[in-house]
Amino acid sequence: MSRKQMPGVIGVFTAADLDDAFPAGLPMVWPITEDIKIPTHWPLTKDVIRFAGDAVAVVVAGSRAQAEDAAEEVAVRATELPVVLDLEEAAKDQVVLHEDLGTNVVVHWSHGGGGDQAIFESAPVVVQERHLQPRLIPNAIEGRGCLAYGIPAAGEFTLVSSTQIPHITRVGLSITTGIPQTKLRIIAPDVGGGFGSKLNIYAEEALALALARQLGRPVKWIEDRQENYLATTHGRGVIHDCTLAGTEDGKILGLKFVELADMGAYFQLLTPGIPELGGWVYMGPYDVDAYWYEFTGIMTNATPTDAYRGAGRPEATYVIERLVDAFARRIGKDPAQVRRMNLHPPHVDAQTSIMGLNVDSANYEPTFDRALELAEYDQMRKEQAARRESGDVRQIGIGLSSYIEMCGLAPSEILGALRYVAGGWDAAEIECRPFGKVVVRTGTSPHGQGHDTSWSQIVADGLGITPDDVEVLHGDTAVSRLGMDTYGSRSAAVGGEALRQAVEKVKEKARIIAAHELEVSEDDLEWADGAFRVRGAPDKARTIPDLATSAWQAHSLPQGVEPVLEGTAVYDPPNFTWPAGTHVCVVEVDTETGKTDVLRYVAVDDCGVVINPMIVEGQVQGGVAQGIAEALYEEAVYDGSGNLMTSSMTQYLIPSAMEIPDMILDRTETPSTTNALGVKGIAEAGTIASPPAVINAVVDAVSHLGVTEMGKPASPERVWRAIQEATKGSPGVSGGLDGATPAQQEGGAS
Amino acid sequence: MIPAPFDYARAGSVEEAISLLGSDPDAKVLAGGHSLLPAMRLRIARPSMLVDIGRIADLSYVREDGDRIAIGALTRHHDVANAEVLQQLCPIVAHAAGQIGDPQVRHMGTIGGSVAHGDPAGDLPSVLLALDAGFVAQGPTGTRTVAATGFFTSLFETALAPDEVLTEIRVPKATAGWSFMKFQRRAQDWAVVGVSAVRANGGVHVGLTNMGLTPLRAVGVEEAVGGGADPASAAARADEGTAPPDDAFGSAEYRRQLVKVLVRRALEEALP
Amino acid sequence: MTQIAVTVNGTRREADVEPRTLLVYFLREQLGLTGTNVGCDTSSCGACTVHLDGESVKSCTLLAVQADGREVMTIEALAEADGTLHPLQDAFHRHHGLQCGYCTPGMLMAAASYLKENPTPTEAEVRESLEGNLCRCTGYQNIVESILDAAGQMSGAKS
Repeated sequence: MSRKQMPGVIGVFTAADLDDAFPAGLPMVWPITEDIKIPTHWPLTKDVIRFAGDAVAVVVAGSRAQAEDAAEEVAVRATELPVVLDLEEAAKDQVVLHEDLGTNVVVHWSHGGGGDQAIFESAPVVVQERHLQPRLIPNAIEGRGCLAYGIPAAGEFTLVSSTQIPHITRVGLSITTGIPQTKLRIIAPDVGGGFGSKLNIYAEEALALALARQLGRPVKWIEDRQENYLATTHGRGVIHDCTLAGTEDGKILGLKFVELADMGAYFQLLTPGIPELGGWVYMGPYDVDAYWYEFTGIMTNATPTDAYRGAGRPEATYVIERLVDAFARRIGKDPAQVRRMNLHPPHVDAQTSIMGLNVDSANYEPTFDRALELAEYDQMRKEQAARRESGDVRQIGIGLSSYIEMCGLAPSEILGALRYVAGGWDAAEIECRPFGKVVVRTGTSPHGQGHDTSWSQIVADGLGITPDDVEVLHGDTAVSRLGMDTYGSRSAAVGGEALRQAVEKVKEKARIIAAHELEVSEDDLEWADGAFRVRGAPDKARTIPDLATSAWQAHSLPQGVEPVLEGTAVYDPPNFTWPAGTHVCVVEVDTETGKTDVLRYVAVDDCGVVINPMIVEGQVQGGVAQGIAEALYEEAVYDGSGNLMTSSMTQYLIPSAMEIPDMILDRTETPSTTNALGVKGIAEAGTIASPPAVINAVVDAVSHLGVTEMGKPASPERVWRAIQEATKGSPGVSGGLDGATPAQQEGGAS
Repeated sequence: MIPAPFDYARAGSVEEAISLLGSDPDAKVLAGGHSLLPAMRLRIARPSMLVDIGRIADLSYVREDGDRIAIGALTRHHDVANAEVLQQLCPIVAHAAGQIGDPQVRHMGTIGGSVAHGDPAGDLPSVLLALDAGFVAQGPTGTRTVAATGFFTSLFETALAPDEVLTEIRVPKATAGWSFMKFQRRAQDWAVVGVSAVRANGGVHVGLTNMGLTPLRAVGVEEAVGGGADPASAAARADEGTAPPDDAFGSAEYRRQLVKVLVRRALEEALP
Repeated sequence: MTQIAVTVNGTRREADVEPRTLLVYFLREQLGLTGTNVGCDTSSCGACTVHLDGESVKSCTLLAVQADGREVMTIEALAEADGTLHPLQDAFHRHHGLQCGYCTPGMLMAAASYLKENPTPTEAEVRESLEGNLCRCTGYQNIVESILDAAGQMSGAKS
């Protein structure tokens, strides 16, 4: 049927129809090695459909229903090609995704290790395991969507997009579409969650802009959930070969990890850099003598992977913490005892760690002890012993996870050394309006993190006004000119610190004006009770609203002082921040059905100084819920032909309030030395810490039956099978990987 | 995910619905729509016409009728779950209806829709099968009652003719002892396996959800219990005659194991 | 096209709709009531929850024609006309019961419907009442707290 016959259809376009629209493919901004092989990634594929989600045509119509009707009629003449989904199969290059690259093995990276590598063979105890972590689908409840419009004659365009990164998107889409950055405005309105999945620049955004330009009319695209599952980035999808070297009495001597990472069919914005982000935390919070990490990135016929809440660090923490438990079992010691004796000693100043980066500050023991106390660890062990003794069908298990994470992305100099294209700074502008209101323009781009609230607090505290008088503007490149957006637990540590510095600049200028108006020298002024006051005569004072008004009126400013009270700061962090913590999970496992319920969850985190406790707790609760989901429910599964089997929320199991428990939270506070606020970051901690806590608990619940291995997610069937295997007296779940992706693998370690 | 176009007709009476259905072989009945609309959104189902019976008066009721309880086909799950008559005289039906989907689904979905959809993973069909329910169907030539045992013929297929409308579900009073075991991943999910057990005539009837192409009776278990077997040994026969699906929620092997555990637990609860 | 007349937030609205128009798109696109969100398209997530004749339903799994002649209430009508927040909205605000806010209209409408049925629920009952509403941000804890708080406020106000 021709498009003329289909009601409402404005046009149907293939890559050939849009050949002139894209001077470059979609951007990938982190070529982590010199010899990385980078496939070209066009918004519409030009030759081969490399994954379910690799679009071949776009229909533009008057309504969504009409567009769907027409899309059904698009006939694709395609020859079926072999696909490869398993990482080790893909590495053999019998099926190569990108012919021009000649291989699926597109990148190999190691940071070079630390300490004596011989220890991994010579240590008294060497624990070796293989762990699989399946692909996950981030699932912001609001899918992606965008609206492109503009003045084609003037070459000016605006893209409203559900994105975490308006500023980075402007740069990237300018390159892809050829629209100059000076003519391209990106607006991220209220964005309904991201979790890394909107830390990207997508084909549909580029297409909407190109079609708006070509058709001379606004073009809207709203993703449905099936499209989201197919074409929005996935997370995880990795296999680790792990080695722990230790002593019989429980000292961890070294940790070594060799990782295979599923890149999917193309690189998205940061794909190859995600495993590397984890590459700096594979020592965990432990004091080890030797360290090794390397990974190989492999292309498969599946949705590209990229950042998903934690991005590399959950993958790392999961294998470290599984390994520590395995080590404790091997030497017959309590896993809490083994962890505690290996925690890195505290330091208040930055200290270089075994992997070569400086950890800003550390004090892990109080956090650890508090977590065990809140979990009633000893009591739980007694309860566990009693149930084992009675042979109860429902057994309980206790799982621990201690973690360290690298946040506050990132010092630009280090990013440069790591071959990341952009910097890691952020910016804030404060404009004090006359008569009391203050406008803040931040370069961060919140999508549920509550920056309006926290940023208002920083400004209100600093300027002696109320948070209600502060209006925070964000997410629009025409409003907040400068910024690097929101991801990687960076917003408070970088954007928040930039804002604090802008506050100081405002106050510097305000002090000059106050001294002038009060006819005293600046040194005679002190900042007290929300105003500049004359020392010894505190009633002689000027508030920020007073000074903002006089700076705006400019009737009588001191010589050389420009009108308007405002301050801008662009801040490049000197270091990362390093939050840490310990989580404890208690589960009950029905040994007949394999079903696991979380009975108790304790999270004690140290994210440095806290700006708003309620927001910090909310971030932990949400992060832990996603981690419990990862541990027990979620997994993206492909069939052998590359079809995504878990293609809707009825098959991809996001847990509800019925499955997620109430959590017991607490904090310790070790200020960061990286920024003057002392903040470290909290948004990813829950997702980093919780999956191994839960899986360790599941294993612990049935370890007396001989179970030592458990795949993720620990679905009832997987747990049941592990128990069957163990009680049959067989050697355990096979770690063989033939013919299956991580997503399809049953077992865990071998 | 918008349904393909279709014609829509609202029936004012059962007779009108029957006549509309007779006019178009690809027409489908729309009651609450909670089985049909999701399939239509995926364009797996593409009826040419929907005959909306949702406004037909007097098909939503629960009442005692001699030794039976009569439930109107358009009675919503929410109302089935909260019907005092059922809570007192046939509690397993009220209880199972309260386990379907989630509150919003129960506010729209109807018992007749669940039965007519014939989904082997549905909660109510196997309960009704265990109860030896009767299904009243009205067609162009009149009304007939189909026994539950002969009603579910294959996957999503029932004994209803294309131009028949299910009007009433009739269940016996069953207060002697019962159990409903729904094993699911998340609260809102379909059962991986479901088991309903009802004491009847000195024995027990056992219905199975999601263990084959249709809702099933665990005949072997019923026989064993009738023969005096204890719950554990009777439950060992729970997967006899079943053909459980192999899907992302569980392998067939796992379901065979699971059904035995659930049947044993159900028997222990239903047969004190 | 089929003509329908739906009372939405107290106002009778007449419109011509295609039979396949889902209630949520009728509300969002034809009436401009964009507070009701679409999250999953498969009646899993509950973001699209509205009230139909006073009870919670998922408007993504309901045809607009099914609402003909009936009363629909959306999140836009939960607060008082003068802007005074509903006790649930106020409690969500105070307890940080939302982060990105996308699931929130559905959560509020589900809870408002449930509290009519059970004005003094336990925590477990509140959790069960939310089995059809998914949130990816909060881990549910503050949502549950908010609803329990609002239930207390509302039943206290009545007694």
